Formats: sequence, structure tokens, C-alpha cells
Amino acid sequence: MEALVDASRLQFAFTALTHFLFVPLTLGLSLMLVTMESLYVITGRRIYKDMTQFWGKLFAINFAMGVVTGLTMEFQFGTNWAYYSHYVGDIFGVPLAIEGMMAFFLESTFVGLFFFGWDRLSKGKHLMVTALVAFGSNLSALWILVANGWMQHPVGTVFNPDTMRTELASFTDLLFNPVAQVKFLHTLSAGYLTGAVFVLAISAWYMLRGRDLEFARRSFAVAAGFGLVVSVSAIVLGDESGYHVAEFQPEKMAAIEAEWETEPAPADFTVIGLPDEATGTTHMALKIPGALGLIGTRSLDKEVPGVANLVEANQIRIRDGIIAWSALRAMRQGDLSDATRASFEAHQDNLGHALLLKKYTDDVASATEAQIAQAARDTVPAVAPMFWTFRIMVAIGMALFVLMLWAFFAARKDGLENRRSLLWVALLALPLPWVAAELGWFVAEFGRQPWTIYGILPTHLSVSSLDFAQVRNSLAAFVLMYAALFAVEMFLMIKYARLGPSSLHTGRYHYESQEA
Amino acid sequence: MEFLDYEGLRLIWWALVGVLLIGFAIMDGFDLGVATLHPFIARNDDERRVLLNSIGPTWDGNQVWLILGAGAVLAAWPTVYAVAFSGLYAALLIVLFALFMRPVAIDYRSKLQSRTWRSFWDWGLFVSGIVPALIFGVTFGNLLQGVPFHFDDTMRSFYTGDLLGLLNPFALLAGLLSVSMLVMQGAAFLAMKTDHGLYARSYSVARGSALLTAILFVLAGIWIATGIDGFVLASALPHDGPSNPLLKDVSMQSGAWLANFHAMPLLWIFPALGVLGALSVMLMQRDGNRFIASGLSVAGIIATAGISMFPFVLPSSTHPAHSLTMWDATSSEQTLFLMFVAAVIFVPLILAYTAWVFHVLRGRVTVDHIRSNEHSTY
Repeated sequence: MEALVDASRLQFAFTALTHFLFVPLTLGLSLMLVTMESLYVITGRRIYKDMTQFWGKLFAINFAMGVVTGLTMEFQFGTNWAYYSHYVGDIFGVPLAIEGMMAFFLESTFVGLFFFGWDRLSKGKHLMVTALVAFGSNLSALWILVANGWMQHPVGTVFNPDTMRTELASFTDLLFNPVAQVKFLHTLSAGYLTGAVFVLAISAWYMLRGRDLEFARRSFAVAAGFGLVVSVSAIVLGDESGYHVAEFQPEKMAAIEAEWETEPAPADFTVIGLPDEATGTTHMALKIPGALGLIGTRSLDKEVPGVANLVEANQIRIRDGIIAWSALRAMRQGDLSDATRASFEAHQDNLGHALLLKKYTDDVASATEAQIAQAARDTVPAVAPMFWTFRIMVAIGMALFVLMLWAFFAARKDGLENRRSLLWVALLALPLPWVAAELGWFVAEFGRQPWTIYGILPTHLSVSSLDFAQVRNSLAAFVLMYAALFAVEMFLMIKYARLGPSSLHTGRYHYESQEA
Repeated sequence: MEFLDYEGLRLIWWALVGVLLIGFAIMDGFDLGVATLHPFIARNDDERRVLLNSIGPTWDGNQVWLILGAGAVLAAWPTVYAVAFSGLYAALLIVLFALFMRPVAIDYRSKLQSRTWRSFWDWGLFVSGIVPALIFGVTFGNLLQGVPFHFDDTMRSFYTGDLLGLLNPFALLAGLLSVSMLVMQGAAFLAMKTDHGLYARSYSVARGSALLTAILFVLAGIWIATGIDGFVLASALPHDGPSNPLLKDVSMQSGAWLANFHAMPLLWIFPALGVLGALSVMLMQRDGNRFIASGLSVAGIIATAGISMFPFVLPSSTHPAHSLTMWDATSSEQTLFLMFVAAVIFVPLILAYTAWVFHVLRGRVTVDHIRSNEHSTY
């Protein structure tokens, strides 16, 4: 059972992280294409059309892989997380299906016209098509993050003992979930930043090679302006997101900050150190007095709960949940008395915590003290990985902001192509937004463990009843297939990035003028 | 039954899932058909590119019918989604891996000149067409016979069959029917979008596969009437009760899958549409009408399967009482209502802008067009 759960989690992580290599660039580039094409429509200058078409070619290479890996996601909840699908499909399915109807159809239907509509549509109509593709991708992100926000902070939810699942109590709660809103904007900003760094880095490379200067300068300038705005918003909304984590997922917060014990308010912020899970301490910690209290609670007098205290509190919730679980079992076996129902209703908020015991015993009602203690310890995710991934993500965000600031002011002056140190830094920064995005996913999802739905459904219960071997084989197949397709994608991406705008065969760019 | 009470919503969602499935088979069906035909009716690289570009700008939008279908089944029939997708694990992953080839084959193939490269992606595209077409048909063939699954008392589902068990004779017939039907759809589409030699070949493939589709469909019907046990409710099943599929009795009877047609003879219109649509594909002279006839045949065939199983959607062969029906395996009333409102708003919108995109992209794709747009076409 443990092996099955681990393999299923690995497969989900692998397929989601791979999908998330392509999504941020789609989000970012689609909006940059709208910006470039708007410049074309307004100024009528051919170079902006070339920019839209060339960056559109790279967009297409990336987009194809986004579609490939996205298909998996829509199937995988059913194939590998069947109990999850049964238990929460009534709620979780809603944003997913609306995403299909409202967003994915829009994006996918118009994307073909973006590539093949240039000669069939007026300038204005073509710009509208490009804008609809970008709008569709953004809306798509909204609904996916409404779904994910609900997994982190399940609002608008009620458990129905008759159907043995959670059901939707309020759609507006689901949609206006504060966690979802902030996550959406933070993820979107990160995607835009990815698009900006992508264009910035490749344009810098053209300038370093002394080719296609006019094209590269203009692309660089669009990317720097766009990137500066979105890097600020990624950081601000990241901070906002952290505030919500502190409020709604204290266990995740405690792990991120290696806050082992509740400290007197306002708590110190550990900038860096070596968290040690075994002893519950952080070695060589460099601390800023009071800063965590300020960030986490935005006050001087509220406490940020520590790991030990959260585990203790969750023990109490588990014990309370056992009462709900026993009442539920009686109801499922035909006990329709009011007393049983009342008992269930009084304790049902902690039903999910009792389910954590299922990892250690089938008979939740007679769980031992040791099992309860173990289940409670599980409620806080492993500290060291959370501590490090979070810090690297934040550091990258800050660094990219500085880069964009530098690039923005340099792009306003002449002689951009001679500022080689800036151009080199911009080129070398190319992988950073992807690293930050993947780490961000890790912080959000690994940090939600041991739950799939925070406080409601534990991860180890969510899996399908498959054989371990089936999932092991499919995981191996996914790794092979994705690796092969990724290699092909990178090969084409690099080939076309090298060709640059000459791949448009307009006769006006680098290789073409040399040949002529 | 009020129009929008729980019972009405359940009925509407049964129809809407059918609409999504038919939408997928009509729209993405021709992409799957073209992909399946691709290695056989194109004779040189230019013609292969004509085929790619006939579906190139629109296949992605069409594929969303499948994605939305999966999402809508999760939202409207969560238990069906859970049991079917995990139970048919290997089969679905094979479909998925085959579909992986499609976006990359279409987008990457013509980006390099190498013959080996192009031929590799050509076969990739073929796999992405025929494998899903076959497996979707085989799956339907198995649904009609029931698949081996049951629940425990916490509603966790267990599937006790394997991949080879799916490959029984009736399911293979259904698989062939599905391939033939989608090839007909693809060929009818190509006869609208190509000219010269490709047109002539598409036209004759459309006629041949239409005849085959009609024959296989009738054969499957006879088999269902005589050789396959249908599922019958053996106890009352409230239409507005909680979605708990463990509260009923179910028996199996020979010929029971035709009971709905006997009870409501008007429903024979759907199998008739399946056969007459396919026969019209053979007779129609105008390319647009032929494509419409093919689409109607596809709709009739899928509707026939859905109606004959009604109210069952996922019968269990080992524990018939655990079978899932559209009365007891749905979402809550609130979710069904909400999703219905979303569908009423967005499905017409989707149809409208899809129609506009097809209108903008109308006309035949020619070899000359490919040659003069060497670098901007697929």
C-alpha cells in the first residue's frame, strides 16, 4: 500500500512538474504576443509583425508540449486518484469542467487561427484572435487555481454521509476563495515573468552575437518593460500568498520557516540555517528579530504556531475525529437514530483528521496512543525540503526583479548591444524562472502533505486500488515518453532560437542577408 | 418530474454527456480518421502535408471535446469517472500515450527536411489516430457487457479484470465499428478539404467505410439482441435519491438492451439514423452534405448505444447490483444545476466561435498552397 501511494505521488509529481515546464511560458508568451502585435497594429511597422510571428513560432513549439502533458492531467485524477475523484469530484470537478467550457475551448480553438489566419483576417481581427488565445490561457489558469486553491483551503464544502463524499455547499465560496485568488495572481505573474525572461535572454544572445540587432533590441525592450512590472507583482503576491498560508495552513508555514516551537510574538524570521528534523532545531540560524511575526500575521502581538504545538493540537483533532468516524460507520450500517446523527455533526469537522489513522490501522475507532501520535506527527510536512525550496524560490524572484530593473533602464539608452555584462547575465538567467516555478509547485503541494484536500482527505486514502506494478510501469513509461518528447522539443526550440527571425524567410534577417 | 428538479437535472446530464461524446466523435472524430488514413491515401510529401494542414489549424480545438468530456464526467458523474478511469487503467494510458503523438507530430514534422524525421512523425500521427479510435470502440463494447468491479462500504472501488479481458469478440467488433466510423468521418472531411487525386481517394474511402460502418453496426445490433445479456433494474430506484449506487437490485437478461426501444418505438429513429446516415454518405454528391450525413450517422450510432443501456452507464459484470446508473451515480443537485447553467451559457458560445473559425479557414488545401507557403504551413 505504501509503495502504491509513493509511486502514485511520484507519477503525479513528475507529470505535473513536466506540464508546469510549459504552462508558465504559454501564459507569459501569449500576453507578450498580444503586446507585440498591438504595437504592430498601432504603428503599422513590419518589424513588430515579424516579432509576433517569430516569437509565435517558439510559442507553438512550447504549446504543443503543453497540450501533450496537459492531457495527462485531465485523466490522471481518475486513473490514479479514483477515491479522491469519488470523494471530492462533486466540488473539484466543477472548476475543472468550467475551465474546459470557458477557457480551454477558447484558447485551443483560436490558437490555430493565430498561426494560419494572417492572410485571412484583417489586422484588427487577427489581433483579436491573439488576444482571445491569451485570454483563454489566463482564464484556464484561473479555474485550475480555483481547483488547487480549494485543495489547499477547502471552503464551501459539506460532507454527505448518504453518499460518503464531500459536496458543494457554496459556489461563490469556491470561486472567491481568498487562497485561490492570490494563488492565481501569483502564478500568473510567475508565468508572465517566465515569458519575459525567455524573450530577454534570447534577444540578449542575438545582441551578444552581433546579429539581428534591431529585432533583438526591440524584443529586449518589450521584455524588460513587461518583466519589470510582473516581477514586482510576483513578489508582492508571493508575500500575500505567504500571509494566507500562515492563516489557513499553519503546518505548512511552520515547515517553511522551521519554526519548531511557538515563539513569543512577534516571532523571529530565520533567513538561513540548517534545519534538523531529528532534534527539532535549526543550526547556525541567522535570524531577523520579529520579522516572521510581521510577515506571517502582519501584527506585533499574534503568535506564529510552531511544529510541536501544531502536532499537539492535531492530536486533539484526531481524537475528536474518531468520534465522528465511529458515528459515520454506525450510520452507514443503518443506525438512523438522532443521537448518532447529532454526534456525527458535532464532530464532523475533524473527520478528516481521524482518516489520517487509516495509514496505520483499518480500525480507526481502536487506534492506539502510539498510532494517534504518529498520525499527528504526519500533519507537519518535512521541514528541511520546505525550508530550502521556499528560500531558493524567493531568492530567484528577487534576483529576477533586479535583472529586470537593470535591463529596463539599460534598454532606454543607446548602445544596449554593447553592454555585454548585462547581456550575459540576461542570457544566463534563462533557466531561473522555471526553477522558481517548479520549486513554487513543490512548496505548495509537498507543503500540503499529508493531505490531498487539506484537513479533509489524506493523500494515502486518495489513490486508486491499483497494483503497485501497474503504477510503477506507467511511471516508467511516462518518464521515458516525456524525456524523449522533451529532448525533441528542446532540440527544435534551440534550432529555431538559433535561426532567429530568419526562420520566417522574409529575406530581411541575419542568415538570409549573409547568404545574399 | 419538474424540469429542473434533481430527477430532471439527472436526465439532462445524461443527455449532455451524450452530446459531449457525440461532439467529440464528430469533431475530433474526423481528426482521428484523417490521422488513421494519412499513411495510406497520401502518395508523396506534398500530399501528406495537405492532409496535415487540412486538420492542422483546428484539431486542437476539436480535442477539447475529449478533455471537456472527461472534466464533465468528473463533475457530473464523479463515481463513474473514478471507477471507469482507474478500472480501465492500462487501456486509457495506451490511448493517452497514443494521443501524445498528435500535437508533436503535427507541429514538429515539417520543421525539418529529413525524410526519416518526417516518416517517423507520419507513423506517430497514424498511431495517434487508430489507437484511440480502436480502444474507444472496444471500451464501448465492454460497457455493453458490463465490466468487473465492485465497491467496499466506504465506496472505494475495486476493478478485478485485466487488459486482455477487454479484448473479447464483441468488443473487437465494436472496436472495428469505431475505427470504420471515424475513418468514414475523416474521409468525408477530406473530400471537402482536398482536390485532385487526394479528393478522389478520399471520396472512395468515404463510400467504402460508410458501407462497412452500416454493416458492422447492424451486426453489432443483431449480436446485442441475441447474444448479449442486458442489465435490468430488479428493484425500485428513486430518481431523486442520494447518489448511492449500493441501494438497488439488478438482474441480467438476454435481449434486455432492446427493452427501451420496445417500450418507446420512436427511439428506433436513432439506430435508423446510424444506418441511413452511413448509406447517404455513399449516395450524396455534394461534399458538404456527405460530411453532414456522416456526422448524423456517427451521432445515431453513439446515441443508440447510450439509449439501449439507459439508465445504466457503467454496469458491473461481477456485482450487477453495484452497477452505476444515471440516477444513482451523479453529483449533488446543486452541482448538477450549476454545471447545467454553465453548459447553457458556454456550449452555444463554443459552437458559435468554432463555426466562425471554420468559416474563416474554409476552402480546400492544395499542393500549390503548401509549396508556396513552405515555411509557414505544417
